[in-house]
Amino acid sequence: MNRALLLSCALAVSSAAFGDQPQVHVEPPHLQGPLTLAQQTETAAIRDYLESWKSLQTAFDQNQAALLDADFVGTAHDKLTSAIDEQAKLGIHTRYQDRAHNVQIVFYSPDGLSIQLLDTVDYDAQILKGGAVLTSQHVRRRYVVVLTPTQVRWAVRIFQEEPQ
Amino acid sequence: MRGGISFVLGALALAALQASVAAGESMTIPKQVTAGSAFSIQTTGSGPAVLYVAGPGQALSRNVQMGEPASFASGALHQAGHYLAVLVKGSSPVADGSFDVVPANQPAKLSFLAKPSRLPVGLRNGISGSVYVFDAYGNLITTPLPVSFALSTPSGAVQKRVVTTQNGAASTQMDSGAKEGAAKFIAQAGAATSTRVIEQVPGDPCTLQMSVQPSGQQLSVQTAPVRDCSGNAVPDGTIVSFTEKYNGIQSTVDVPIKRGVAQVEMPARPGATISVASGVVAGNEIRWEGGR
Repeated sequence: MNRALLLSCALAVSSAAFGDQPQVHVEPPHLQGPLTLAQQTETAAIRDYLESWKSLQTAFDQNQAALLDADFVGTAHDKLTSAIDEQAKLGIHTRYQDRAHNVQIVFYSPDGLSIQLLDTVDYDAQILKGGAVLTSQHVRRRYVVVLTPTQVRWAVRIFQEEPQ
Repeated sequence: MRGGISFVLGALALAALQASVAAGESMTIPKQVTAGSAFSIQTTGSGPAVLYVAGPGQALSRNVQMGEPASFASGALHQAGHYLAVLVKGSSPVADGSFDVVPANQPAKLSFLAKPSRLPVGLRNGISGSVYVFDAYGNLITTPLPVSFALSTPSGAVQKRVVTTQNGAASTQMDSGAKEGAAKFIAQAGAATSTRVIEQVPGDPCTLQMSVQPSGQQLSVQTAPVRDCSGNAVPDGTIVSFTEKYNGIQSTVDVPIKRGVAQVEMPARPGATISVASGVVAGNEIRWEGGR
């Protein structure tokens, strides 16, 4: 409980600089597997994951896939890049605004090379064409996310949304 | 701030959509679609329109004659996720909705990480393997699935474990075998398999036994073949240290194992004590009495 509160506070402070901030709640890890997760690692992974939402939002809103490069790798990077390219060809863009995250780390691989987390996200999504909003919807979905370490941070390798 | 204005504009779009619904323009969207499967979205109304479908995984469009279905062929929409759909007539949205694309349940690809690639024999839980299971389109299959892990060691022994995935992931640990050589580590889920090779190398020397023979003014000191605790020959190049103590003076010679044994020439000093060690293992000690 204390650990969850501590993490929530730490993440709230670290993300306060972004302005329109989502509420973030972090559940204590519920790990399968033999490896224990250091709190520093947990905090860093969740911080980097939440930051990846910022680059995702900007990349999809501006149709600039290159903005994903710092936060996404592998499959997640390829899929998101492809989606941005497709929407750019259609002359549309999408706007995602995350409102709340409920994050829990559920797997830390024995080799220490991947962390899996689940995140129930409340967000608003829009499709826009030019300046016109074509549709605007509020969504609550579960994200299954796998992060892997890069030289300086945890990057999102799998980023998959599914019904709750 | 920008987001706030934008989402107010979204509310205005919604008002326009409600007017369209009143005019009999709508669409019926399936709640859930399996990744890569064919499906259609039925529309009502008349006249041409464009259907946009967009999510973090894909974005596509269809030109639609309202009143007819918009069809998506097999493979057209294959990335799992939540998708917004909006039907646009002219430049105005006339109907919208959303739906989920979920992974197919047939495993087609495994991401299999095995570690380490090289380790000593006889190490309990020394080998770890973790797997993520994907469908044919690279979507993580998050429904529970059994994954079989099998480690075939050079001795012919096979260790097997079956682990059920949680949120698409499964992991296990295995012991390295008793015999040196390449071990095959196989993960399998459904028809998808992935193999990694783990090189098992001999462990540290288990015992050291040396013998001494006079050789002119020198002593020829040689170990018996150096083996680990499972009987595997310790690799050439492993360092063995010979120490001679004589009259309070100690001298040590480090020698690499060659062809399974370590050998060195040391001064033949009556009353000297010679000992042998490698790593943390100490061997026997011999006191040289001048050949008597």
